[in-house]
Amino acid sequence: MFDGLSERLGSVFDKLRKRGALSESDVDAALREVRVALLEADVALPVVKQFIEKVRVRAVGSEVIKSVTPGQMVVKIVNDTLVETLGSDSQKVSVSATAPVPILMVGLQGGGKTTTTAKLAKRIAEKERKKVLMASLDVTRPAAREQLKMLGEQVGVDTLPIVPNESALTIAKRAMTVGRLQGYDVVFLDTAGRTSIDEALMSEVRAIRDQVKPHETLLVADALTGQDAVTTATNFDERVGLTGIVLTRIDGDSRGGAALSMRAITGKPIKALGVGEKVDEIEDFHPDRLANRILGMGDVVSLVERAAETIKEDEAERMAARMAKGQFTLDDMATQLRQMRQLGGLGGILGMLPGVGKIQKALAGANVDEKMFSRQEAIITSMTKAERKNPQVMNASRKRRVASGSGTQVQDINRLLKQHMEMSKMMKKVGKMGGGKAMMGMMGGGMPPGGPGGGGLPGGMGGLPGGGLPGMGGGGLPPGLPPGFPGKRK
Amino acid sequence: MSDADSFETPSPDGGDGRDQGKGWFARLREGLSKSSRRLVDGISSLFTKRKLDSATLEELEELLITADLGVTTAAKLTQNLARDKFDKEVTGDEVREAFAADIAAILDPVARPLTIDATQKPFVILMVGVNGSGKTTTIGKLAKRFRAEGRSVMLAAGDTFRAAAIEQLRAWGERVGAPVVEKPHGTEAAALAFDALTRAKAEGTDVLLIDTAGRLQNKSLLMDELAKVVRVLKKQDPEAPHATVLVLDGTVGQNAHSQLKVFKEMVDVTGLVVTKLDGSARGGVVVALAETFGLPVHAVGVGESADDLRPFEARQYARSLMGLEG
Repeated sequence: MFDGLSERLGSVFDKLRKRGALSESDVDAALREVRVALLEADVALPVVKQFIEKVRVRAVGSEVIKSVTPGQMVVKIVNDTLVETLGSDSQKVSVSATAPVPILMVGLQGGGKTTTTAKLAKRIAEKERKKVLMASLDVTRPAAREQLKMLGEQVGVDTLPIVPNESALTIAKRAMTVGRLQGYDVVFLDTAGRTSIDEALMSEVRAIRDQVKPHETLLVADALTGQDAVTTATNFDERVGLTGIVLTRIDGDSRGGAALSMRAITGKPIKALGVGEKVDEIEDFHPDRLANRILGMGDVVSLVERAAETIKEDEAERMAARMAKGQFTLDDMATQLRQMRQLGGLGGILGMLPGVGKIQKALAGANVDEKMFSRQEAIITSMTKAERKNPQVMNASRKRRVASGSGTQVQDINRLLKQHMEMSKMMKKVGKMGGGKAMMGMMGGGMPPGGPGGGGLPGGMGGLPGGGLPGMGGGGLPPGLPPGFPGKRK
Repeated sequence: MSDADSFETPSPDGGDGRDQGKGWFARLREGLSKSSRRLVDGISSLFTKRKLDSATLEELEELLITADLGVTTAAKLTQNLARDKFDKEVTGDEVREAFAADIAAILDPVARPLTIDATQKPFVILMVGVNGSGKTTTIGKLAKRFRAEGRSVMLAAGDTFRAAAIEQLRAWGERVGAPVVEKPHGTEAAALAFDALTRAKAEGTDVLLIDTAGRLQNKSLLMDELAKVVRVLKKQDPEAPHATVLVLDGTVGQNAHSQLKVFKEMVDVTGLVVTKLDGSARGGVVVALAETFGLPVHAVGVGESADDLRPFEARQYARSLMGLEG
């Protein structure tokens, strides 16, 4: 049910494309779909409203109207606003204070506090070379303290010895005393899970907070949480005071809208993500990745950004100049193959484009062999310099040599040479059309009009027009691909 | 792994003695009060008595969404309301009554208790769900209920993955007087389930409750493992498990759809227990699930003591969700 947004936006943008520019009502139409998508991703309503308003203000007006493809612009604005709201800075759990540094873990039952405590403790012990102690203050759930003890043994982090019939506050005090006396750098205090409206337990955790004065108070929250995320985060923040949020079960298939809600409402940074059941499955938080996930659509923006990083400017320039002269050697082709691969292969590139669900399915049937790219690269690197510059010299004996050198067949060499020939013919044509600059334009990630929210293919791809992708065989790409997509042009 | 399958307060009275006089509805409403209060406040502020126009309808739809009813169900409910009342003068109470009636109509067909077929000996109940949804605690509560009904109960500690899950179930076993079948941490769950069924048969136990490790529904390997538990049980008794109960965390949002869908496909879930309905806003997703899947909702957990697991009753649930008196 979550594939919805890209398709919905796709149809909205299809309409937009025909008109070329975004009016206020166009923005409204697009944002209505974004709103539903955010709600389905469990982003809390007040946050959705704020967010949509922010995007609307930005989208309506010159920013969009100047753009070549308005649809793409809206996607970018939505995405950028999302990243911004999630926090453009990625902050880690801080342990820089006077030892022993107390870290208080709070949250609802079943949110993953104990596991997260062990994961964080392990990471801080290993990565930051700290001496870490963990103590479970959960005297309510049966076997909760045993669970932490077992996890401690598993991750190689000390736990406070269990003394029966102690109150949570007493355990907390004892943990800090042990921490001081035995020279621990960091002391994790894992509290009992509680509902955010349980006043008795809340005041217990407040008493612990006042006693130990935690350096960090982390809310451990479940990424599967629905609209309640806001209430939970607000209550914990107001009653206990949070310094950050750790989101667990991000490895599920929820869209994780809870993250946006909690971040937006409390303003507290998300400091880590639990990404699996194993004790080292914890990661730093990257706003851009989560934004992508919440939107549930490919990130055109990051495609362009990644392309820009991958393709070195001067290399692109050199290539463009040579292409303008109609020169396209096998070395150039190898460069392009490499760039394709760095961008994550064809599948990776498609995955980053919105509305490609359909295309990807079609591709699966079109027999695109991703390995072909690296095989073809191997063929080229098995050639001598002279052969690469001048493929005409490739005779049967040379082909046999290259085939055995690259672990391929002579027919693979032939296919590659044919593709190269077609591509260089195409290059020449483009070159004559006043190509160099046009080509550079494409490399800059310009957005050819007409793509269904896609378009804007980056340089490495833009440099492959017409000739058909290596490895695509004669199949070409399925119909319906955006122009500018490197497929076989009829 | 999650840390908690909820928790039980080991108070001297075991939580059993308190609130004896209160009906379950009062307690559910208390549990849902935060959620319904927000809805009630919202709806009342929308109408002191005004015309139901499209702007108002949109606000109403949003209020339903904040209770996790989901976009589709919320839209359907508001459309129903619009059909009857559009452009008419309405009060907040009228709107709440109308919503409650519609919600009750959706929930009514799924409000079916978990019944034990006494001809099946043992009656095998497999408990499944994602991590931290409250499986182990729910098993404890169910075991207590079955014991109170005079049945013999056996518990199988099938969560061989989470640290101390076995200990947690053992604590429950001692509390309610039910033997616990266990194997060392890390043993294959299917093997344990098989042994538990063998033993329950031999001992003539009435009800066998099998705990399983929590798993996210998109982890296909873990889901396959769960399917294997079922296959192995069927080798001994083709009818087993006689009930497969998905324990759903009431705070979960729209992901509940995905959970139910996948678990149903993999292990043929026969009913739901919705837990943690005693916190703040929640519970609406049950309505959306009822609409989409129509699977029985056996019980709801509205608190931490064993008595806080209550049969699910459509009308009362709907009314308490809308903040109406019984």
